[in-house]
Amino acid sequence: MDLTSINPVLLIASLMVAATPILLAALGELVVEKAGVLNLGVEGMMIIGAVSGFIIAVETNSAALGFLFAALGGMALSLIFALLTQVLLSNQVATGLALTLFGLGFSALLGQNYVGIRAPSVPDWNIPLMSDVPVIGPILFQHDPIVYGSLLLVVAVWAFLKYTRAGLILRAVGESHDSAHALGYKVRRIRVAAIAFGGACAGLGGAYLSLVRVPQWTEGMTAGAGWIALAIVVFASWKAGRVLIGAYLFGGVTVLQLNLQAAGANVPVEILSMSPYLITILVLVLISADRSRAALNAPAALGRVFHASG
Amino acid sequence: MMRLERRPEPSKAWTAATPILAVLATMIAGGIMFAALGKDPFAAIKLIFWDPLFNEQFAAFSRPQLLIKAGPLILIAIGLSLGFRAGIWNIGAEGQYIMGAICGAAVALAVYPLEAWWIFPAMVLAGAFGGFLWAMIPGILKTRFNTNEILVSLLLVYVAENILASAALGFLRNPEGAGFPGSRNLSAYPAASNPEIVAGTGMHWGVVAAFIAVIFAYILLNRHIMGFNIRLAGQAPRAARFAGVSPNRLILFCLGVSGALAGMAGLFEVAGPAGQISIDFNVGYGFTAIIVAFLGRLHPVGILLAGLLMALTYIGGELSQFMLGIPSAAIQAFQGMLLFFLLAADVLTNFRVRFGRVEVA
Repeated sequence: MDLTSINPVLLIASLMVAATPILLAALGELVVEKAGVLNLGVEGMMIIGAVSGFIIAVETNSAALGFLFAALGGMALSLIFALLTQVLLSNQVATGLALTLFGLGFSALLGQNYVGIRAPSVPDWNIPLMSDVPVIGPILFQHDPIVYGSLLLVVAVWAFLKYTRAGLILRAVGESHDSAHALGYKVRRIRVAAIAFGGACAGLGGAYLSLVRVPQWTEGMTAGAGWIALAIVVFASWKAGRVLIGAYLFGGVTVLQLNLQAAGANVPVEILSMSPYLITILVLVLISADRSRAALNAPAALGRVFHASG
Repeated sequence: MMRLERRPEPSKAWTAATPILAVLATMIAGGIMFAALGKDPFAAIKLIFWDPLFNEQFAAFSRPQLLIKAGPLILIAIGLSLGFRAGIWNIGAEGQYIMGAICGAAVALAVYPLEAWWIFPAMVLAGAFGGFLWAMIPGILKTRFNTNEILVSLLLVYVAENILASAALGFLRNPEGAGFPGSRNLSAYPAASNPEIVAGTGMHWGVVAAFIAVIFAYILLNRHIMGFNIRLAGQAPRAARFAGVSPNRLILFCLGVSGALAGMAGLFEVAGPAGQISIDFNVGYGFTAIIVAFLGRLHPVGILLAGLLMALTYIGGELSQFMLGIPSAAIQAFQGMLLFFLLAADVLTNFRVRFGRVEVA
């Protein structure tokens, strides 16, 4: 095997690309869970975003419109979840699973005529001057707008939850919906808004897969990315900054194993392909092992059904 | 404006009626979907729900398929339902199904071409054991390290799929297969095959096992202390702990049983209808079984009926693909829709709907 064929600068730059879909989806889910809702349908919303973004981008020949409709598609699916869990008070775990099963089937149906087509390309924005700096330039300043946008979103979500009044209310709803309700906050409306935001983020993440990372549409192309995003929220102990670390860590493992496959490493391909999933499990174990610390940041009302007359 | 009032306990009548309501709603919504695809919705619905059983042209082929497809679905769903009742979410049955199939098939391939009566029983045991071990990973991580069993069991499906690929391409590949992927054909190896027991019915040992599992699950839930503990832990976790029910034992029991049943289902499939270990012999029964478990109200008899109904949609889906050119993915979306409608209709089971003054919420 030839390890010298792996260029560390390109590796780090492609790590950011590999991590972006999961980063976006995990940020959305972070806000949803902070509002006390567990939406296990991330995988379904991502793949609906991937297919709707791809179709719109191909038909209009505009990647920007593709991303917009991907966010809308993910949001539309998440609103089904919101209707079921917030209005019809269904079990969140079961409804999230239904969302994923439905999303996988429905996306395959929508995308059946779009297999094997190339998506319109998304140009990189090279930041002037900065992108010419050796090493740092190619790593940080030669990406497409979505990568920069996802980084901005990390800061925005962090600041929203920590410093704004709306963020405080959202967290209050997630900690104790009964107290928040007694204080006069509209628990249901806040949660629906959070779920819709989560859906839009997951949709964007999915479209990043089909429009930039691959860039093609294939059935079931998310391949567990949504579930890994859910795991990263737990890993991050519900903190935006740590979601970034988790997603980039995962991106690193993915890119490294792909590079090792390409370099002809003396390890079976299957073991390399399963490594991202195994490492996600390992990380989950490490973070959950300390019971007192793991539970410290989890929203107290996570996954519980809110019924006002209660 | 609509207002919901929680019932003191779930309504028995609605518990039985909601699946029927959900199926009807799915037929209507599915019909709209088929119409949007430019197909005749009535023909499509009839093709899915009626023709596989009663159309003279197709029934001879389709009827046996009903049991072949329902067998694994029921077997897996029975196991999952135990955990779902107790709030233990094993959603990685697909992975346990694959691992069971690999372990069971490995036993047969190891002793090939020996002919002996014990080979098939040993394969069944190995299959159950493979699924059991795979389900013990999330189980032990949950009890020992408090790791979320939903995520771990699901992520292990992708790991199992990679192991399956390496089995089909590598360590279980047919040495006389001229380099093609896939293992030896087990259905052509009499001691290891799982043929139809009664010709023309589709009844194979996996279907028998599914029926036995239904009976055992019924007895377990209604007559055995373990079943009582499972129901108690699901309905009142705090009360269960005060009553001395160990959550860890319950987790390991539920995951272990569901893993073993899923593994067995995988083995019966690979030794019978699928015939050999190949990269894609698994067709998502492990995920569809989740829908079956909910549609059957997590009740053994309900699951039996739900399994047959889901099998019907699989066969009808194939028929409509063949006859009307409806894409196979449409059926998957159709099945997902069914779960949506079921969960939505369940509001009637747990709540009374009242109409009156708008309530601030």
